Amino acid sequence: MREIVFHLLVVVCVLGGTLSMAGALIWLERRLLALWQDRYGPNRVGPFGLFQPVADAIKIFTKEDWIPPFADRAVFVAAPAVIVVTVLMSFAVVPFAPGVWVADLNVGLLFLFGMSSLGAYSLILAGWASNNKYSLIGGLRAAAQTISYEVFMGLSLMGVVMLAGSFSLRAIVEAQQGVWFCVTQFPALVVFLIAGLAETHRLPFDMPEAESELVAGFHSEYSGMKFGMFFVGEYLAITLLSALATVLFFGGWLGPVLPPLVWFVLKTGALICGIILLRASLPRLRFDQLMSLGWKILLPVALLNIVVTGAIALLGK
Amino acid sequence: MLSALKTIWLVLRHMFHRRVTVQYPETSNYLAPRYRGRIVLTRDPDGEERCVACYLCAAVCPVDCISLQATEDEHGRRYPEFFRINFSRCIFCGFCEEACPTYSIQLTPDNEMSEYKRKNLVYEKDDLLISGPGKYHDYNFYRVAGLAIQGKDKGEAENEEPPVDVRSLLP
Repeated sequence: MREIVFHLLVVVCVLGGTLSMAGALIWLERRLLALWQDRYGPNRVGPFGLFQPVADAIKIFTKEDWIPPFADRAVFVAAPAVIVVTVLMSFAVVPFAPGVWVADLNVGLLFLFGMSSLGAYSLILAGWASNNKYSLIGGLRAAAQTISYEVFMGLSLMGVVMLAGSFSLRAIVEAQQGVWFCVTQFPALVVFLIAGLAETHRLPFDMPEAESELVAGFHSEYSGMKFGMFFVGEYLAITLLSALATVLFFGGWLGPVLPPLVWFVLKTGALICGIILLRASLPRLRFDQLMSLGWKILLPVALLNIVVTGAIALLGK
Repeated sequence: MLSALKTIWLVLRHMFHRRVTVQYPETSNYLAPRYRGRIVLTRDPDGEERCVACYLCAAVCPVDCISLQATEDEHGRRYPEFFRINFSRCIFCGFCEEACPTYSIQLTPDNEMSEYKRKNLVYEKDDLLISGPGKYHDYNFYRVAGLAIQGKDKGEAENEEPPVDVRSLLP
């Protein structure tokens, strides 16, 4: 009985925590971008502007919920939900601290890949259902980008799986007791972060929504809370990417003195700030540059990493 | 690749730069004394209205936001019966100030004049008149120029100064 209550509590906390994290990230991102651009950012609503996301949420909830008459209604409504659902599902297998996880699947990593592949449907369907050429181009780009970078993301993590000897995220964290995988698997870390950014279509890889060329890409026709869902989904995806990088390469909850959960949150937060820094400093790539970066550089690096790691793992036995 | 890393480092260092934003309601930018803001009607050093209701400001106004009606007092001096500026039309070009022959109408550096009701942006003479002489402390139109009438030339009447020789370089 107590076990069940504890697990339900964890589920509720993860759900509430990640969703409110998405809100807090909107504030954090705007403040950090402002800091790096010598501005202040939102600092009027509440202390340090902390209630800005609340004001934004009230505004976006009261906006007109407009579905264009030429859109494919059912798909148009379903698409924004897909991305939020898949990202939230992914959080189910993330181990936050010893014993604090929703599910410890022995195929946790594969489950994550499956979910992030499903997430690609959100953008593609949104672009298609909008029945608008810019949205469709955005959707197409999202499809190409997500499917190609899925490959490198999967391949880059095979080295980690080989060293840990398991697909379970808990086992991967426990395998990093001695030395974190960010040291032994450095090329994999770089490939994973780049692929993860492309997967979450964040700047500098936000070709699917490129404002300067595609208006807003796949979500041009979206307004109100449907657009808000894409927004929340993107910030959830950033949190997920940082949490995954923490678990896979930076030793998850491991760390001295402080409690495990605090270490996890600190590492994830630092990675999120790094991702925001990338947005503040790097311009958007061209689409062909994105593709050649992926297939000509990241793929060989990931494959080489697998071969070398595999050889070392075999020799070590 | 290296250039990307250099860019990231450069942006990160901006964390320690001074922020250029002016936090407006608490602090505000310096506005020069000749900044063109809210329009006022000034008085001469004796405390009388400077405006002689010549209509030049209303004529020069490119958006027609000034409206006034001239009248005379018991000494035959002209003054505006009403003087109205519609600030929802005004573009603060300062032409009225340039046109004014008596330095009566002047623009001030005050620009905080937002209103919730558009009607409140129509300023009457009471709202426009200030108690002081504005930018020109000693200037009194009647003393400087005067008017040549029968038996009296310019600058010969009571309290009147002789006109300036405009062809001389000397002050």
